[in-house]
Amino acid sequence: MDSKQRSNYVTSIADNHLILGQRLGELCGHGPNLETDIALTNIALDLFGQTRSYYQYAAQLDDAFASEDAVAFLRKEHEYHNVLLVEQPNTHFGFVIGRQFLFDAYHLLLLEQLQYSADATLAAIAQKAIKEVRYHQRFSSDWLKRLGDGTEKSRKKMQEAIDALWRYTDELFEMTPIDQLAVDAGIGVDLHALRPMYYQKISEVLEEATLVLPETNYFQKGGKQGRHTEHMGYLLADLQYMQRTYPNMDW
Amino acid sequence: MKKEWPLWEVFVRSKNGLEHRHFGSLHAADAEMALENARDVYTRRNEGVSIWVVESKYITASNPSENGEMFEPAKNKVYRHPTFYKLPDEVKHM
Amino acid sequence: MSEKELINLEQIFEERIERDEKIEPKDWMPEKYRQTHIRQISQHAHSEVVGMLPEGNWITRAPSLRRKAALLAKVQDEAGHGLYLYSACETLGISREELYQQLHTGKAKYSSIFNYPTITWADIGAIGWLVDGAAIINQVALCTTSFGPYARAMVRICKEESFHQRQGYEIMLTLCNGTEAQKAMAQDALNRWWWPSLMMFGPKDEDSPHTAQSMKWKLKRKTNDELRQQFVDQTVPQAAILGISIPDPHLKWNEASGHYNFGEIDWEEFWQVVKGHGPCNKERMEARVGAWEEGAWVREAAMAHANKQTNKKVAKAS
Repeated sequence: MDSKQRSNYVTSIADNHLILGQRLGELCGHGPNLETDIALTNIALDLFGQTRSYYQYAAQLDDAFASEDAVAFLRKEHEYHNVLLVEQPNTHFGFVIGRQFLFDAYHLLLLEQLQYSADATLAAIAQKAIKEVRYHQRFSSDWLKRLGDGTEKSRKKMQEAIDALWRYTDELFEMTPIDQLAVDAGIGVDLHALRPMYYQKISEVLEEATLVLPETNYFQKGGKQGRHTEHMGYLLADLQYMQRTYPNMDW
Repeated sequence: MKKEWPLWEVFVRSKNGLEHRHFGSLHAADAEMALENARDVYTRRNEGVSIWVVESKYITASNPSENGEMFEPAKNKVYRHPTFYKLPDEVKHM
Repeated sequence: MSEKELINLEQIFEERIERDEKIEPKDWMPEKYRQTHIRQISQHAHSEVVGMLPEGNWITRAPSLRRKAALLAKVQDEAGHGLYLYSACETLGISREELYQQLHTGKAKYSSIFNYPTITWADIGAIGWLVDGAAIINQVALCTTSFGPYARAMVRICKEESFHQRQGYEIMLTLCNGTEAQKAMAQDALNRWWWPSLMMFGPKDEDSPHTAQSMKWKLKRKTNDELRQQFVDQTVPQAAILGISIPDPHLKWNEASGHYNFGEIDWEEFWQVVKGHGPCNKERMEARVGAWEEGAWVREAAMAHANKQTNKKVAKAS
């Protein structure tokens, strides 16, 4: 695995955090109350912090990137390799919690392996992030249970969100050629191995939340190859607005 | 059923060796949420190592209009303080 | 309670404040003191919360990851500060829901500055520099106010806010050291935010009927005009360092007074915005009311879940 490929691998992990953080950032000031606004902002800040560590490393590995911001802001849509799940919009609070819950469970499993990466930088980033993500998972699982086992209305809305987001879960475990190279080099995580643990964990919490495990076997994918949903273009239009309108400036 | 989240009081130990101190209050539906909210609201600048939360309604407070009988009688018990006892200067370390 | 007893209580109360004693929530206090504090503290809390909106408008578009994180942390602080202030207000016997109700129905006010739009990235710099600068002047004075919970909230807020103004000024500095386009953006932001910032200190002293009472209760330590002057004096040299000019042809150093003279505020605009007809009054209220109403099912669900858990525990125990 050459350093450009390694940079690609690092970036593909962090793209998920950038895009999810961006979605959470839209919410700040518009949540159900101040306490949840503050909590979700903390999660967004954790994700952006992790993004920066990964991107700084990616920029170090690949001369094509001048800085972390070049990685974050100056790629074309098809060059972002985040999964489709994280780019889904904040349709309502159930979607915010559902998306977070479905991602956190994966994220924690990923980091639990990544902390043993043969790449010392990646291992260090993972070790730091793991504590943050453990808390994210606790937060989103608790809220999933509150909304699932709350009122009739909230159960319906939470189930609606889980049903809608479910089709994006399988992509989390898709192995791209870069993923495979990283595994072969001893620095990456074998995603296939995480899949059974993931669905086991998810179904336990869903059951506790009195929600029904969706039965669909039709999954959507493409994000990891750079083929995104229609939402992504708008998200990037916001994200890249300043860098595209005023190129080559310091901020 | 009351719809709005009750008020909780938050106590934070800023480091081991110190007592928990009242930091403020917040709203939460249950104890677990109160702890999580307290963590996010009151320790986001690394202010604590331990948090207590208690629903505000469980705190019994003394009434300031009774401060006379509550606290003033303690003012004239000077014999509870070391300076009440006169010792010659030669006696050290006491 | 007889009238004579009441007068006596009020006199003792005023003397306590005179001696710099703090008033705590359960202490006896004149009804007017309670009402004035509910009004002022809640207005302050509402300002923090509405203030999240114009800045929140730029979180998704911040130009770098570093700026994005800083802005997010700042807007989050404002939520925290709103929360501290609502809590202080609640000790006076009013619930946060009632306070929201007052905000949403237009009964309660918030700082008019947040009814101005943020249309460029430089506005985020200008808000940090000017609006937070003005707010800090007000807030530092309030750290020694007479009502204990309010004073404690202010101490915490002042401590946390110290990064806000620096964050804003650093954005301005970067723009002013940047390209022509960036510098123009900074100048344009100063042009639009300067006068509204001066308006943040409220009407002129002669048009401010509550000043005497507020000074007595230490809700104000200096008059509106004194604070405004302090703000102008400290800000003019900061603009000079940036190399951008303050949009006031009458601004001039007055050797004799040791202060800057400045031009007349457009009071008609001031009252127009206060009365609800500023550029974004409607949008800000819609955003707040919308968030509250759309969140109702979430808050209800959490409460219902908590009750179910309690009932389960009770059933288990019996």
